[in-house]
Amino acid sequence: MQFDWMKIPYALLTLFIVINFGYLLNSFIAKIAARVGRRRGIPIWQTYIDVAKNYGLRTSITHGVMFYLGPVFRLSGGVGLLLFVPSIYGSSMFSNLSFAGDLILALYFVFFGTLGMALGAAESGHPYSAIGITRGLSQVTAAELPFALAIFSVALQYQTLSVTDIVAAQQGGILHWTLFTNPLAVVAAMLSFLGSMMRPPFDVVLAPQEIPIGPPTEYHSSYLALMQTNRAIFPIAKIVIYMNLFFGGATDWPTFFLKVFLIYMWSVFVGVSFPRFRVDQSIRWFLIWAVPIGVLSIVLV
Amino acid sequence: MKDELKKRLVKGPDGVEFEVDPLRDYYCDARPQVEPPAISKIVEDFFNWARAESLWILGFATGCGAIEMRPLMTPRFDAYRFGVQWRPTPRQSNLFIISGYLSTKTLKRVIRSYEQMQSPKYVMGLGSCTINGGMYWDSYNTIKRLDDYLPVDVYVAGCMPRPEALLAGFEELKRIIREGKGEGANKYAAEFDRYKANQKKVIHDWDMPDYNW
Repeated sequence: MQFDWMKIPYALLTLFIVINFGYLLNSFIAKIAARVGRRRGIPIWQTYIDVAKNYGLRTSITHGVMFYLGPVFRLSGGVGLLLFVPSIYGSSMFSNLSFAGDLILALYFVFFGTLGMALGAAESGHPYSAIGITRGLSQVTAAELPFALAIFSVALQYQTLSVTDIVAAQQGGILHWTLFTNPLAVVAAMLSFLGSMMRPPFDVVLAPQEIPIGPPTEYHSSYLALMQTNRAIFPIAKIVIYMNLFFGGATDWPTFFLKVFLIYMWSVFVGVSFPRFRVDQSIRWFLIWAVPIGVLSIVLV
Repeated sequence: MKDELKKRLVKGPDGVEFEVDPLRDYYCDARPQVEPPAISKIVEDFFNWARAESLWILGFATGCGAIEMRPLMTPRFDAYRFGVQWRPTPRQSNLFIISGYLSTKTLKRVIRSYEQMQSPKYVMGLGSCTINGGMYWDSYNTIKRLDDYLPVDVYVAGCMPRPEALLAGFEELKRIIREGKGEGANKYAAEFDRYKANQKKVIHDWDMPDYNW
């Protein structure tokens, strides 16, 4: 098999664009949430400053090897997710390292960061971390179920496990999108989407007001900065998958930015409108509302 | 010293006996080091600017001043627009606001929290009580001068100061940090013995290691 080495700098370029877009998007979303609360909110470049400051702190302590590896796993989850699916359809520059079975790999990477984080935060030995991990893993698992069902449904529908092929099948007009050809799968996946974005009503894992502040309680300095970088990459990487599977993908960067922003706004709209669920409530909510829709979508396909 | 902090033999669930020394096992008691700034002046200036523009406050309230901090999060004052955020854990915070009077009992917790914060870290004394004892000047169990126990970077005087005064205090602290003078953590490390002696003078039931991070 021939490997084109030029793919690597192109993939890094994608990563660079996505990191910057992610930082700006995060602070922009924070600003929107602040405006809903009638505040002015943080400056748009605040996320850059926070990350620079955290990298610039002079001391950092460790609790062991896994404590180091936790943020690294999390970041590699985000980067891996981004790099193995095509971000721009039809562009040889930005199709990244996608290959025939990348859908399965993507499913795995979505979960990978959470697991790494669980190991790392458990090593810190802080009781709040342990509680946060328990809540986080159970909620992510419950949220992952409808997403997995939706992905199987889409894979069955298009008879392929390649994200590129699925995007290709959706080209040629808005009515070819999975959104219209397989609406139940999209509904199930979008409900699952809410659960994995760490925004209300499903942010009990990270919410500072509940347990300060969940898994990252002991993380600081450059560890925290790595995790903030991941907070910029991971949501976008996940949204790219959603965009490719359900919303026709993107053929150029402006479409990409617009679609990612709109899909992100779905979780923001829900987040500013609804209060927070407890973990048992959110798991029940996923099992009662999202999973049956996912099963139904598979049955119908 | 309390019983649970003494060295003792513990029998594990698998029947193996092992020795537990809480003060050594649960804490790390290495002395703090003076952390030199970055070698290049440009890099250090950049970091100082970033530190100034991203003040993360430890949400630890010691006295009545805490009630003046809450309005800062609301739409009326909205400190977030100045890069000020509240963090729930000392590990991620840079700024410790001692909000008002400090009883010796609270001082113990304050010291533990302060030492867990990562360098460079800053302390803001809020209200007259942190400067000279304020209205608690003759109380038997509050400290009078915060500066004897922790290196204070900036004071906000008043009893109590309004939230606007706090915002002005943040701006003053930012100026100090940008000029590279916010070196409280290094001062604490350099004059560690003096600070520890002062702390132990008022805290009579000292049952923790000398430095716990």
